[in-house]
Amino acid sequence: MNKDFKLKTALCAIGLATLGSAGFADSGDTLASVKERGEVLCGVHPARHGFAAPNSKGHWDGFEVDYCHAIAAAVFGDADKVRFVALSSQQRFPAIQSGEVDVLVRNVTATLGRDTALGLNFAPPIFYTGTGFLVHADSGVKTVEDLDGATICVAPGSTTERNVAQIFATRGMDYTPVVIENNKQLVDAYVTGRCDALTKDKAALPGVRAYDTENPAEHVLLPGIFSKEPLAAAVRQGDDQWYDLVKWVTYATFNAEELGVTSENADDMKSSDNVDIQSLLGVTGDYGSKLGVSEDWAYNVITQVGNYAEIYARHFGPGSPVELDRDLNTLWVDGGLLYGFPIK
Amino acid sequence: MTHIDGSDQRGAKPRQTLSTLLYSKSFRTAVTQVVMAAVVIFIGLFLYQNVVENLRAQNIATGFGFLEQTSQFDIGEKMITYSARDSYGRAFVVGLLNTLSVSAAGIFLATLIGFTVGISRISSNWLLSKVATGYVEIVRNIPVILQVIFWSVLLRNLPNARNAVEVYGVGFLTNRGLTFAVPATHPIHSTMGIALVAGIVLAILGSIWARRHRESTGTYVNMLWPSIGLVIGLPVLAWLFGGAPTAISYPVQKGFNFQGGVTISPEFTALLIGIALYASGFIAEIVRAGLQATPKGQIEAARSMGFRPWFVTRYVVLPQALRVIVPPLTSQYVSLIKNSSIAVVVGYPDLVNIGNTVMNQTGQAVEAIAVMMLVYLTISLITSTFMNFYNRLVAIKER
Repeated sequence: MNKDFKLKTALCAIGLATLGSAGFADSGDTLASVKERGEVLCGVHPARHGFAAPNSKGHWDGFEVDYCHAIAAAVFGDADKVRFVALSSQQRFPAIQSGEVDVLVRNVTATLGRDTALGLNFAPPIFYTGTGFLVHADSGVKTVEDLDGATICVAPGSTTERNVAQIFATRGMDYTPVVIENNKQLVDAYVTGRCDALTKDKAALPGVRAYDTENPAEHVLLPGIFSKEPLAAAVRQGDDQWYDLVKWVTYATFNAEELGVTSENADDMKSSDNVDIQSLLGVTGDYGSKLGVSEDWAYNVITQVGNYAEIYARHFGPGSPVELDRDLNTLWVDGGLLYGFPIK
Repeated sequence: MTHIDGSDQRGAKPRQTLSTLLYSKSFRTAVTQVVMAAVVIFIGLFLYQNVVENLRAQNIATGFGFLEQTSQFDIGEKMITYSARDSYGRAFVVGLLNTLSVSAAGIFLATLIGFTVGISRISSNWLLSKVATGYVEIVRNIPVILQVIFWSVLLRNLPNARNAVEVYGVGFLTNRGLTFAVPATHPIHSTMGIALVAGIVLAILGSIWARRHRESTGTYVNMLWPSIGLVIGLPVLAWLFGGAPTAISYPVQKGFNFQGGVTISPEFTALLIGIALYASGFIAEIVRAGLQATPKGQIEAARSMGFRPWFVTRYVVLPQALRVIVPPLTSQYVSLIKNSSIAVVVGYPDLVNIGNTVMNQTGQAVEAIAVMMLVYLTISLITSTFMNFYNRLVAIKER
């Protein structure tokens, strides 16, 4: 009895310790611990072509992956000092909350609920998209209104799961959700016809069509965007220094495009008379030290990763497998939503 | 605390000094237990406090208030009405009912197959026993998650809705599940359900009466036919009184899916087959061991007394075998219930699948996990309590 009791005590302690360990996290100085570690821990999507996926050489590749590189370039002057942590949609929030990653650049839609209840802070959105639907071409479905009574494949724990409920409710239509966490299983369920439509962020669907279906021509994207999905990098609430850095790295890519600074011409631009360009490239001002990094932080981001247009073109531009119009993701001067706060 | 000193003797009461207390075995045991309990409670409280404080420090919401908030997501399969306007709490209940239904069906199927295969294992028919052995080795040596995925992929590759396989004119088999005709909904159905339960209760009461009657008077009353009559007759009677409705709801292809009839989803089926077959392998071995535990001499003795084989099995082998079978069977049932949480990989909306969504929508991982753990613990404890009760019924009664 006594021995048994001791064993149970030990087990209880281990169990509770495991439960409790989720609560241990350094909410304090992320930048210092990143510098000490020598690399940025960046939470990314395990397989979303165009945004983040391992390429044929086994390296992480994608739009969001490049933003991880940009943060590393700003901190270390070396874009490669990143360790990527692939996170499912279920794992992502506990991972950032517990300090398993320093920053989450993983197709996270910035919402009020996440900003508050999850204890996160969102950097400026790097990609504006919305809920989209991929359907079988031979189904005859032309618009979302044709989907009344359909079976819809959707990933759990996403804003999409709620959007689809809302989209059908507001139109007074019925549907049956099939909710599968594993992306491969989810897409497979759609492709084999278990579901009439696959719903994800519209920007993610061309990647699915290009990479995960046998014959991309058999699948069509429905026209229209059905929700607001501002995808943004997320950091833990309560560490303003780190939040500021991630925020300004994002703005630096916007401003570089606006000012015409590219990875090619950044060196020449250093001698520009334009004060905005000088501030951006660290020629004048002490903006780097205000952020806690070197003065050439933005220069490193631009030369090693590129400005927004370059990053976008690399992953979604003409000729890439996941070609996407820039749509809302153009500079404010071109009628888009990208508006970098001034570096002054 | 009068019993503290184990060597307490009436009359000659020893002096209660510190040293006698220290050397008293029962005192020391009590102290150890109290200290142990205190340590456990302390560690528990410390960890609880730690979680709460850390969550607060990181501005993460805590508490169970979220259970009453609107969920805003839909669920594909539900046994009670549920929509995106209902609460997270109700979503959990939907998940719980789905877990219970797949577990109940799984336990039934696993028991049926397990007993059949277990008996076949010791059959004198060479082919039958080898096939049964092969079955057991295959199903219990492949991880259950792979089996569930296997069935899920298999079912997904059935023809799509437009090329549905018609099953005897009453059902359709597609990669969206098996849809079949059922009697159209009629108010008398609930009355029939009550009649069925009443019939079963009356049949049980009847057989109890019959046994008492036999034990007190020695006259044997065969309750088999009256029981069958009650269980089947009462619902039929209710049906006749309800005007004997014969309307059938046939599935008709309309739009994307079938309208009418009842559909069993491929996710449910894949999960059910996966977890039931896996458990059936273990149950078969338990049954075999139980049957072989009856000494051969007893069976031979019974046969030589001229009892028919069925009688030997029913009155000599089974009563003894059940004593061996029931305890390990309980743990198989409990593990089957827990295995049903694999639903998450095939997308069946069980408790864990819905719990995951809730966790992600609310961000309250600790609370959502706590709800899930508590529910599984409760289901498992109820199952083992029930099985322990059954075990006492079949255990050796020392009179």
